[in-house]
Amino acid sequence: MSNHQPKSKNGIEKAPTGIRGLDEITGGGLPRGRPTLVCGGPGCGKTMLGMEFLARGARDFEEPGVFVAFEETTPELKVNFSSTEFDIAGLCGRKKLLFEHVRVERSEIEETGEYDLEGLFIRLKAAIDAIGAKRLVLDTVESLFGSFQNTGILRAELRRLFRWLKDKGMTAVVTAETGEGKLTRHGLEEYVADCVIFLDHRVMNQNSVRRLRVVKYRGSQHGSNEYPYLIEKGGFSVLPLSSLILDHKASLQRVSTGIAGLDEMLGGKGLFRGSSILISGGAGTGKSSIAAHFLQAACQRGERALIFASEQSSDEFTRNMRSIGIDLERWVRRGLLRFQGTRAGFCGLEKHLVMFEQEIAEFTPKVIVVDPITNYGSLGDSNEVKAMMTRLIDLFKSRHITALFTSLTSTGHEAEDSVVGISSLMDTWILLRNLEVDGERNRGLYVLKSRGMAHSNQIREFLLTDKGAKLVNVYVGPQGLLTGSARVRQQAEDRAFARRQQEDAQQQRAELGLKRQHMETEISRLRAKFESEARELQGSLRAAKGRDESASGERMEAARARQAVASSDRRRTRHGANGSGETALSALEEVTLEKM
Amino acid sequence: MKRAKKTHNGGNGTKQDVWNLRLYIAGHTAKSLAALSNLETICEQHLHGKFHVEVVDLLKDPQLASGDQILAIPTLVRRLPPPMKKIIGDLSKTDRVLVGLDLRPS
Repeated sequence: MSNHQPKSKNGIEKAPTGIRGLDEITGGGLPRGRPTLVCGGPGCGKTMLGMEFLARGARDFEEPGVFVAFEETTPELKVNFSSTEFDIAGLCGRKKLLFEHVRVERSEIEETGEYDLEGLFIRLKAAIDAIGAKRLVLDTVESLFGSFQNTGILRAELRRLFRWLKDKGMTAVVTAETGEGKLTRHGLEEYVADCVIFLDHRVMNQNSVRRLRVVKYRGSQHGSNEYPYLIEKGGFSVLPLSSLILDHKASLQRVSTGIAGLDEMLGGKGLFRGSSILISGGAGTGKSSIAAHFLQAACQRGERALIFASEQSSDEFTRNMRSIGIDLERWVRRGLLRFQGTRAGFCGLEKHLVMFEQEIAEFTPKVIVVDPITNYGSLGDSNEVKAMMTRLIDLFKSRHITALFTSLTSTGHEAEDSVVGISSLMDTWILLRNLEVDGERNRGLYVLKSRGMAHSNQIREFLLTDKGAKLVNVYVGPQGLLTGSARVRQQAEDRAFARRQQEDAQQQRAELGLKRQHMETEISRLRAKFESEARELQGSLRAAKGRDESASGERMEAARARQAVASSDRRRTRHGANGSGETALSALEEVTLEKM
Repeated sequence: MKRAKKTHNGGNGTKQDVWNLRLYIAGHTAKSLAALSNLETICEQHLHGKFHVEVVDLLKDPQLASGDQILAIPTLVRRLPPPMKKIIGDLSKTDRVLVGLDLRPS
């Protein structure tokens, strides 16, 4: 990480201005002991910047200062600055601040030969010595060019003046009016070369826009962009107030969105702390309701939450959220929740940014909701809006604030188009959509992106109930995506179908049992039949055997009687008849068993 | 060093006619000395003794610079007669000095 806040050891020594933002851009303040040129057109705030530099120096840094006014008288200046928060009269009274009015009117002066501006030097020295000044403002030294004809002498004397101021170690602010195509009308930048700050004041889209740029800063790093600045009661503020470099610490800590189903879609754990979330969707898709959940969840964790609402007043918002069962008023009373409601068109982008910054500095919230962010889009061209958003997100991130932005997408546009420029700045983008089917409107929600975490790719139906927001799975079937009553109907049908299937199965099981029973009856019937047949067969075999034996007995008797029959024949016949009967029986038994 | 350089109040003029001049210098530089001598010459020639010159050295009395809004050195201030007039420089351009002091129409 580079040293974007150079230490005085590394570079030149710096005198802090105490002006918000300016010290950050210049890396610590103006070059100490050297003059700084502040130039710009009329009404850009040169004098104010110089005055605040002195007043803060005298009040906050123990550095008394001399204000040398070439154009306005001391009483005029005191009146001008009385509207600021600085106690000018008090500082003067305590000899911390001294005004020196240098008036030169050309009509009074006739030049009659060689001269120098030693008188001015003597007066400056007297003023510096009177209060021991360390800081000095010359406002605007250029008016001398209108008073003296001999510019040769004048230029030489101015050169001498700036060298003299350096020798005296004065941290000086020299103001000058912008000239045609030049930083200053009379080329003062030639003499004051250490640090040049350019203030620009213009009107764009009926909004007054002020920009500050550090044109050069010898021997020091500095932010070189144009930075918006404001002049208000608290004085001069320059933006951004943070981060010239992207170096936010990335937290691994997760915070809940306040909607369980949504946390589940975001890797089951919710958002990263310090990340930025965009909720975009058309009118009535439930953006603010998600925001309310998010606020409530933060307050329940005991964290302070801040909401910038530019469409609903705090009363309206709390009333509306009560309808979905969220009681925000409770948290307001306990000081955990703060509403900041201003119409976006009330002031320019910069002013809003400063208001954001002030609120954050004062309230130190952990969680912020901007509802909706789209309203700020009309306050400038897309580049400016994007620049402001970048600063805003930087501001939040640098303070580890988890920020939720809602964005209204107009109908007839692709949701992805309508937030051009800011979506890329967001870590998580949740899209809400109206799904119009079957004469009803339902809300669909999905996570378009969520950096650094697994997230669901599913579209969920987003329900707003009197107990808060709920996410339910949408029905995706052959008819496509179903939500609302179509989903409910389909779910009922599904249940009926399942029931039918269950009944069918039961019936089939019963049928199978019957069949088995039937089969078993059949088997026992067959067995009984077989057994009776076998018995019959055995009976007849036995009878046959008895007949055979008696027959052979008769034959033996006959042989004995004849004594002419061969003995081998007699033996074979008897054996054969006996054996064949037994074989037949066993074969029948086997077949029966196989069938069973 | 505040000193009345010369007070000539002789002649026929009344007190109102006396010119009251103040010359601011810062130390005895070449320019200061030149201015002093030029002033002397002009006064002698054109004011005929009816003048009062005060020389203020701002190195000695720096606080006096603010009162007459002195920036340039040397500066000659015509305090009387009114209106107050200021001329700067070493007074070497006599014509311009006379115009500046209203001693000659411009």
